[in-house]
Amino acid sequence: MPRIIVEVMPKPEILDPQGKAIASALPHLGFTDFSGVRQGKRFELTFEGVVTEQVLESARTAAAEMLSNPVIEDVISVRVDDEGAA
Amino acid sequence: MSTETPLIGDFHAAPAANPLSGARIGVVTFPGTLDDRDAARAVRLGGGTAVPLWHADESLQNVDAIVLPGGFSYGDYLRAGAIARFAPMMNKIIEAATASSGTRLPVLGICNGFQMLTESHLLPGSMVKNDHLKFLCRDQVLRVENTSTPWTSQFTPEELIAIPLKNQDGQYLADPATLEALEAEGRVVFRYVGENPNGSRNRIAGVTNETHNVVGLMPHPEHAVEAGYGPDDATGMRSGTDGLTIFTSVIASLAGGAQ
Repeated sequence: MPRIIVEVMPKPEILDPQGKAIASALPHLGFTDFSGVRQGKRFELTFEGVVTEQVLESARTAAAEMLSNPVIEDVISVRVDDEGAA
Repeated sequence: MSTETPLIGDFHAAPAANPLSGARIGVVTFPGTLDDRDAARAVRLGGGTAVPLWHADESLQNVDAIVLPGGFSYGDYLRAGAIARFAPMMNKIIEAATASSGTRLPVLGICNGFQMLTESHLLPGSMVKNDHLKFLCRDQVLRVENTSTPWTSQFTPEELIAIPLKNQDGQYLADPATLEALEAEGRVVFRYVGENPNGSRNRIAGVTNETHNVVGLMPHPEHAVEAGYGPDDATGMRSGTDGLTIFTSVIASLAGGAQ
């Protein structure tokens, strides 16, 4: 079954407190190579049938209006997951 | 309604024994709401009638104002307040609060209710996790900076009040242009006094919309309405009832006068 992947990240200018907490915990486990972490969200929208441009547009609208909050987040990508295609 | 002071010895009946008790304030319960009972109690202590409303219903039951109480609606899934925004009851509230004709419904969002109001675009900005990453629960001093809303009409300008603050996603954010407009238009209703408890921009604790009928704030006025259960104040331990003025304000405003 085809899936549409939506990725949302906190806006770059906004401090990401969760990413900051993860970044400060990494060295405790010996991961010292990384200077920063930002945590975002990945949504997988399953669709029964062929993903047309219209379906993709509907996913873009959902991403902009519900899956993200434009005040604090950016939609990074809305794309069809080919590997998930039946 | 007469505004004249009755003469001493005038034995005519006082106008409408208690017009305030007729005010019906809806308190909406969502799955995961915590503070609806406290909000309803605050409405009653303020002299109004609390009307329980359910998120999945579509009737506002002719209430005169709405309180969106705090809690963790839908477990804060997606973003705090984000799922609640799409509840049938919220659509009705948005319609009534932004009506182009007639009276716009006064709406108060407390904590998670404030988050619902920003997610609904009834109020600008958004909340993210506290800058120190911890859940914070303490009594918080606020300055009341706008007394022209129905929810704050009985405060004196610049009045300092103490009410509980308890949240994890309490850091108020908005882009610089929005913040500038909020400040220029006097739409910051409550501001944190003392150390910034969560990193909120401009120490903003609460804001109002352009028409001043919708107010949201992160701290909890409904937990400071009854002596014995509020914050400590000058008169004694847990004696603070500063939050009650928010509820008496809206009831007085509905009764036809801001005072």
